Amino acid sequence: METTSVQNKKLTAKDFSSDQEVKWCPGCGDYAVLAQIQKVLAELNKSPENTVFVSGIGCSSRFTYYMNTYGMHGIHGRPLAIASGLKVARPELDIWVITGDGDCLSIGGNHLIHELRRNLNLNIIMFNNRIYALTKGQYSPTSEQQKITATSPYGSIDYPINPLALALGSEATFVSRTSDRDLQHMNDTFKKASAHKGSSFVEVYQNCKIFNDDAFAAYTEKEQKLEHTIYTEQGKPLVFGKEKEFGIILDGTTPKIVNLKTDSVSESNLWIHDVADKQKAFLLSQFSMPGYEQFPAAFGVIYKAERPCYEDMLVQKIDTVKKKRGTPSINKVLSGSNIWEI
Amino acid sequence: MKTKTLVKKENVVIKFAGDSGDGMQLVGYQFTYNAAYAKNKAINFPEFPSEIRAPKGTVAGVSSFQIQFGNEDVLTAGDEYDVLVAMNAAALKTSLKSLKKGGIIIANENGFDAKNLKLAKYDTNPLENNSLEAYQVFLLPIETLTIEALKDSTLTKPDKERCKNMFALGFVYWLFNRKPDNTVEFIESKFAKKPDVRDANLKALYSGYNYGDITEAISFQYDVPEAKLEKGTYRGIMGNHAIALGLLTASQKADLSLVYYSYPITPATDILKHLSGYLNFGVKTFQAEDEIAAMCAAVGGAYGGILSVTGTSGPGLALKTEALNLAIMLELPLVVVNVQRGGPSTGLPTKMEQSDLLFSLYGRPGDSPIPVLAASTPSDCFYMAFEASRIALEYMTPVILLSDSFLANGAEGWKFPPIEQMPPIKSTLIKEYKESTFSPYKRNEKLARNWAVPGNPNTIHRIGSLEKNPETGNVSYFPEDHQKMTDIRKQKIENIADSIPAQKIDNGVEKGDVLVVGWGSTYGVIKTVVDNMVKSGYNVGHTHIKYMNPLPQNLEDLFKRFKKILVPELNTGQLIKVLREKYLIPAVGYNKVQGIPMTQTELTNKILELINTK
Repeated sequence: METTSVQNKKLTAKDFSSDQEVKWCPGCGDYAVLAQIQKVLAELNKSPENTVFVSGIGCSSRFTYYMNTYGMHGIHGRPLAIASGLKVARPELDIWVITGDGDCLSIGGNHLIHELRRNLNLNIIMFNNRIYALTKGQYSPTSEQQKITATSPYGSIDYPINPLALALGSEATFVSRTSDRDLQHMNDTFKKASAHKGSSFVEVYQNCKIFNDDAFAAYTEKEQKLEHTIYTEQGKPLVFGKEKEFGIILDGTTPKIVNLKTDSVSESNLWIHDVADKQKAFLLSQFSMPGYEQFPAAFGVIYKAERPCYEDMLVQKIDTVKKKRGTPSINKVLSGSNIWEI
Repeated sequence: MKTKTLVKKENVVIKFAGDSGDGMQLVGYQFTYNAAYAKNKAINFPEFPSEIRAPKGTVAGVSSFQIQFGNEDVLTAGDEYDVLVAMNAAALKTSLKSLKKGGIIIANENGFDAKNLKLAKYDTNPLENNSLEAYQVFLLPIETLTIEALKDSTLTKPDKERCKNMFALGFVYWLFNRKPDNTVEFIESKFAKKPDVRDANLKALYSGYNYGDITEAISFQYDVPEAKLEKGTYRGIMGNHAIALGLLTASQKADLSLVYYSYPITPATDILKHLSGYLNFGVKTFQAEDEIAAMCAAVGGAYGGILSVTGTSGPGLALKTEALNLAIMLELPLVVVNVQRGGPSTGLPTKMEQSDLLFSLYGRPGDSPIPVLAASTPSDCFYMAFEASRIALEYMTPVILLSDSFLANGAEGWKFPPIEQMPPIKSTLIKEYKESTFSPYKRNEKLARNWAVPGNPNTIHRIGSLEKNPETGNVSYFPEDHQKMTDIRKQKIENIADSIPAQKIDNGVEKGDVLVVGWGSTYGVIKTVVDNMVKSGYNVGHTHIKYMNPLPQNLEDLFKRFKKILVPELNTGQLIKVLREKYLIPAVGYNKVQGIPMTQTELTNKILELINTK
């Protein structure tokens, strides 16, 4: 394959694009995510040689082949485990994990919870299309109940998992959601994820044109979007609606929707978004999910915390032990402390 | 103090048996190292239940440690023992059957009270009902004596009782006329921060020793002379520790940092334990959430350009299979250590078996050849771990290294090499690259591909689990490309045969009636049996295979020099299948799957049977 010499010049999105033909279905949301990531890397002036994309198996996981960076297309469910091993070995690399709802939450669910609690400095982009697409349309762990799919002709009885709540429960330090249709928001969210030191979990609502078209129409189509989405911003009240006429207040620990025009509630009484508040983040993660259907889905950075990264602590530990015990000659280790002569 | 008679004995087999909480394993290792320091050859065989504390006093809870020590001929832990130290009734019950007739029983009388007899399911006390007439029985109330010796100690009674293993060990040191120096040092360092515990253990040890001197009961001591061993500096080593050292040495010789990704599993865990102590050499360890993650992380690490290693045991290897398959597809260098135990499934977690050979050779989807190596002794684990790393790095392939619980827990004296004696390892890692195009699948004459790692602006590339074009490495489903890649992956592994030593006759005759073909931890017993039979005039030879795939190129020449081939294995016949298939030879197997070593007697009988059948 051809490599582009990219030193000493301002990079463009094209510099992050490989020579391989992109083979997603026409109209797939993956194209938009790919374009945005390439753009973000260029805008952040990242170097292709120090960037690695690791993916699992599924439509979105082909992503790796389309990036002009280092990359590994792995096996189903395991990109986080592969990326963890690489990050431990090479902490200085900028590693992005590309995964899907099946890859990350079903077969690879165990790796997600453990990666998040370890807080390695990885950017995890989880494409959620609420369907198994590469295997042609079976219900996934994020599919809604009663969904008719190839393997649930009479409706699925599987209760869906909530990715953001799972990430929060796994002690993630950066939890966010964006959508394949909102290019500027994706750009902004990916940049924030990249800037965060620690595991950044980004759920991307991504439309599968073939097997689950319009799954997220309520959050992406112009006429419905404004009433069904909240775009969270740090320090700003939670408001939504066509004319920002609705707001969220907290009655104890219960969220309630208020009409700013008709109810006697001022903006200052509204729920002010605070990315450091984990309890509120958990409530936000429930919005639009079963039991909270009346609430708009939350987009943006839901939660963010500072916690030391696993790989940094490992390196520090090595330095501390080196200082304390020195590095003896290898022969000293081979001989051990008890030797005898024959 | 009375003068005791010194009885000279070339080799002695001793077994310490007691309850899981009695500290028999500690005593066993102390005695093994003591024998090694006294310039004996010593081989041990620890046996313990997989439960941490099985019900006290029961047969299921017995933990034991067998050691043969003496002259240079000692290569096994021995079939039957000369001396049995039984800390309780259950220990006697489980261990009596392999005590030599006329052998010595040192019985802790306190362990034979009504409660212990009942737990061990004895109707009457074997110490009193004349059932042990064929043996020399010495009764010592070890618990009573220990507590009496520690009457001035501030420890609680249960803590004092726990020192009884040191009393027993002290007594046995006296019986073999041995200085307890190594154990004194051990106690002083282990309990440096607990002076009362340290003093109590030392006191118990010396009291046991002195008890031998003053007791009227035993009128003799054994004198086991030094072995004639190669001159040099020795240390004690166990198999898992040797693997850790072999990997560390290989990483230094390859100028790569070492990362060990693993999930705890018996009997492989100690490799992780040892390596996690070498942080000051820059060694990193990653205790993964499961076996799959450990294997995947090792693949990720290998992509980053380090010496990447994971370790496990049978059930864990099953879980690692898919990601190991990925490493084969990606052609990345890494080592998978499999410390075998009894299977299938959870099987016998703490017992020995050699039953993962076929799984290691063939247990993967698709045509996925992989080199497989097998260590033969605890110290050989060092050299084979080094070799596994060398082959992985030189040929860009994952390698499976087989050990087993016998090697993992076995200790021996080892004339260790200084690192200068180990050869350099040359990987295909690209440090500088100036050309304008790059293919990760460009190969050298061995067929090993380029190892380009992130950080280099001129070798940017993607690799993946999909089939690829042999030239560019890009995804390809073309029929010819898959054929070609499959052929290359196979040929590359076969090429490794060019880099391994020729197979030799280890001991016995160079040509003759029966060639005994072994692999793995049966090395000692086969060597001993073949040596003894040659001394008795039989034309028997022994060869031991350490490179299971690819096999040494001259193996067939050795087979042709013998009339019959015997393949003894601790499985139902795995290597024999490989040899029959590859060489079309009518080899005969001898197989045992009891979680314990093969005995000299049974192997000798099998060889005799083969010689005597036309």
